[in-house]
Amino acid sequence: MTFFGNLTRFATACAVVTGVAASVAAMAAEPKHGGTIKIYQRDNPPSASIHEEATYSVNVPFMAVFNNLVLYKQDVPQNSMSDIVPELATSWKWSGDYKTLTFMLRKGVKWHDGKPFTAQDVKCTFDMLKGTSANKFRKNPRKAWYDNLENVSVENDFQATFHLGHPQPAMLALLASGYSPIYPCHVSARDMRVHPIGTGPFKFVEFKQNEDIKLVRNRDYWKKDRPYLDAIEYPIITNRSTAMLAFVAGKVDMTFPTEVTPPIQRDIAKQDPTAVCVSAPTNVSTNLIVNRDAAPFNEPDIRMAMALAIDRKAFVDILSEGQNKIGGTMLPAPDGVWGMPDDMLRKMPGYDPDVAKNREQARALMAKHGYGPDKHLKVKVSTRNIAQYRDAAVILIDHLKTIWMDGELEEVESSNWFAKVARKDYAVGLNLTGNAVDDPDQAFFENYSCKSERNYTGYCNPALEKLFEAQSQELDQAKRKQMVWDIDFKLQEDVARPIIFHSTQATCWKPYVHGFSPMVNSSYNGFRFEDLWVDK
Amino acid sequence: MAAYLVRRFLLMLLTLFGISVIIFGLLRVVPGDIVDILFDSAGMVDPAGKLQIQKELGLDKPIPVQYAQWIGGLARGDLGYSYISEKPTLGEILPRIPVTAELAGLALLFSVALGVPLGVISAVRQNTLTDYMLRIASLTGLSMPAFWLGLLILMAIVSWFGDMPMYTDMPSGFWQQLGLYAIPAAAVGFRSSSLVMRLTRSSMLEVMRQDYIRTARAKGASVQSVNYNHALRNAMLPVVTVIGIEAAFLIGGLIVTETVFNIPGVARFLVESIRVRDYPIVQNLVMLIAVVVVVINFIVDMLYAVLDPRIKYSD
Repeated sequence: MTFFGNLTRFATACAVVTGVAASVAAMAAEPKHGGTIKIYQRDNPPSASIHEEATYSVNVPFMAVFNNLVLYKQDVPQNSMSDIVPELATSWKWSGDYKTLTFMLRKGVKWHDGKPFTAQDVKCTFDMLKGTSANKFRKNPRKAWYDNLENVSVENDFQATFHLGHPQPAMLALLASGYSPIYPCHVSARDMRVHPIGTGPFKFVEFKQNEDIKLVRNRDYWKKDRPYLDAIEYPIITNRSTAMLAFVAGKVDMTFPTEVTPPIQRDIAKQDPTAVCVSAPTNVSTNLIVNRDAAPFNEPDIRMAMALAIDRKAFVDILSEGQNKIGGTMLPAPDGVWGMPDDMLRKMPGYDPDVAKNREQARALMAKHGYGPDKHLKVKVSTRNIAQYRDAAVILIDHLKTIWMDGELEEVESSNWFAKVARKDYAVGLNLTGNAVDDPDQAFFENYSCKSERNYTGYCNPALEKLFEAQSQELDQAKRKQMVWDIDFKLQEDVARPIIFHSTQATCWKPYVHGFSPMVNSSYNGFRFEDLWVDK
Repeated sequence: MAAYLVRRFLLMLLTLFGISVIIFGLLRVVPGDIVDILFDSAGMVDPAGKLQIQKELGLDKPIPVQYAQWIGGLARGDLGYSYISEKPTLGEILPRIPVTAELAGLALLFSVALGVPLGVISAVRQNTLTDYMLRIASLTGLSMPAFWLGLLILMAIVSWFGDMPMYTDMPSGFWQQLGLYAIPAAAVGFRSSSLVMRLTRSSMLEVMRQDYIRTARAKGASVQSVNYNHALRNAMLPVVTVIGIEAAFLIGGLIVTETVFNIPGVARFLVESIRVRDYPIVQNLVMLIAVVVVVINFIVDMLYAVLDPRIKYSD
């Protein structure tokens, strides 16, 4: 390892230790009520409706408006099944065959407009997600999460039961995500996009497009001593330089979560040494997408050659000064719960640290199809016109050159990106995939299932899909883990969507901000903010 | 004069009609379907959902019908709803206009207040150290992009004072607002002031070589009187034209300045709305800007007559 690499790791370790130490000190101190916190918002959220969007630009400001049935414990950095706690539910019970899940619900909870919360609201929410309700979402990006949910029955006002097609213990993990709030029956989907009504610790006040979002304390919150803060404000600052200057100048108390890159973190440390910055994996992977219908990429050999050409360490060193992680579909351990062991990882195509050897194999495959030093394959590498995508795509083009592929970067206007990918109007692309829940049920079904609308490459392997279902039903966690690793291995072997790296980014806050724990295996679930307090 | 005014007014209407057709057409020609863009934040496109949204937004109707509906609404004062915020367009646009107008006015004031006197000084002290310094300063102003200058100013403020202006909670008092807008206005007005300065200088130099200036000097008029009463007034004609054009072009500078300083004005809002193809916002906002530009041009034309008594608008 280079001196610089060591230095970076040391700096990161110091930052984490400082952050953890600050958090521990804060935990020891007595939390105080009152005050307003300002967190800058990196962009204008497309709407206020969490269920209709697939970006944490919506979760961060609006998760505090809602409650789930269950939630990942907010002060535990790693989301896992053992850290799921009741929220609107007071308890839950699985049937013996794990096909029915019954929730006992909290009594006396009120929506922000004063109406009572009942089991009917739970049913309404999941009927909308299933698409069986008259009140329809405009967009329903996580419909695939609930394919196994047959229906929700209501026994009485405070008991609801989920009926599943087959056993799915991980259903609880999906329900604990920030993406699974309970919506009220009596508010239309349209109104929820504009003026969300929840039962959460903070009430929605206003959302001015491109200006700010304001929330105030819910004085009728069912958790009597929460939230600590009187209000949360999210000034929308789209220019990252301005946002960081605003943080240094104390105009905002916290950066947008996981928005601080290593160079910016260094700048912040220099300009405001009191700032607490914590780096954590985001469970967002950068991956290669290949249109399997476009010749010559319909040839498995060509796709395999591309997978073998990737030098993952180069990506990690160049883009994140060594902080990003190398793994398969599932976030690598120890931050990820399902990451496969290193020795298994190294056996996957393109993961052998001997890059020269990998590329030799890749060139042999290219040669088999007539490509060589005198005959290069020209290819457009499409990506979203955002630095995070573009920078990685440029490195990818450089790597593809080593196997006689001449890549030309096609920057696609950000707002047209997913439409273009969905139309399969690309040959080779570089994409980012965020996994909200560190669980194979989310990652596999959402990104690789034949019928998922978010399976961008159109990879469809019915035999493997059976294994998706098998792992989902497995009750023995050790056995399930082994199954997940095998599936992940097969996905990389099939070049379904080669994972290049998993991102690590930092969040910074002022030393007087307490009660925030950045999560290490999801950037979608940790923003209830009811434990946040300030000591200015 | 009255007939001229009527003719100019009708021409204005015709121009605005042309602009409306161009805006409407261009928005539909540029790549990127609004419904696809709405789906972008969900990371997927659902064909059935897409059809439903197209119907909801009236985008399933033929283009001429959509145009007629927009113009009809405009005539009735109904600007429709933003596709993104789902709120009335007028309510989204109106509160942002004073912010940008104030900023633009201040930037223009800055550019004139700085550019004209410095241009005069540079001309009357031609080829002196002062002239060289001012010309270097103006060249610097012309070559510095507003966003870069804005960012430098912000960094300097944070570094020196440990503070920076935030525009999300606008102060209501005039002086407070003036204080808040002064820096971004200076950042965007600096480039314009350089242009105004250079133009004033060259125009002044040309005028000062005229016979009537020599006559004024010969009859014993003071230097001040010659420079400001005789020369400047005549030199201002091309400068006023450029100031008029600059006023219209300021919107370009304001887009980046509003982004860098995070000012919730209409210029930045327009760019964001174009990015997400929020047709009702973009169409109505561009029409509004077009009206402002056309009216400014009209006023500039009228100012010619005030500045130069030889110009008469006759029937």
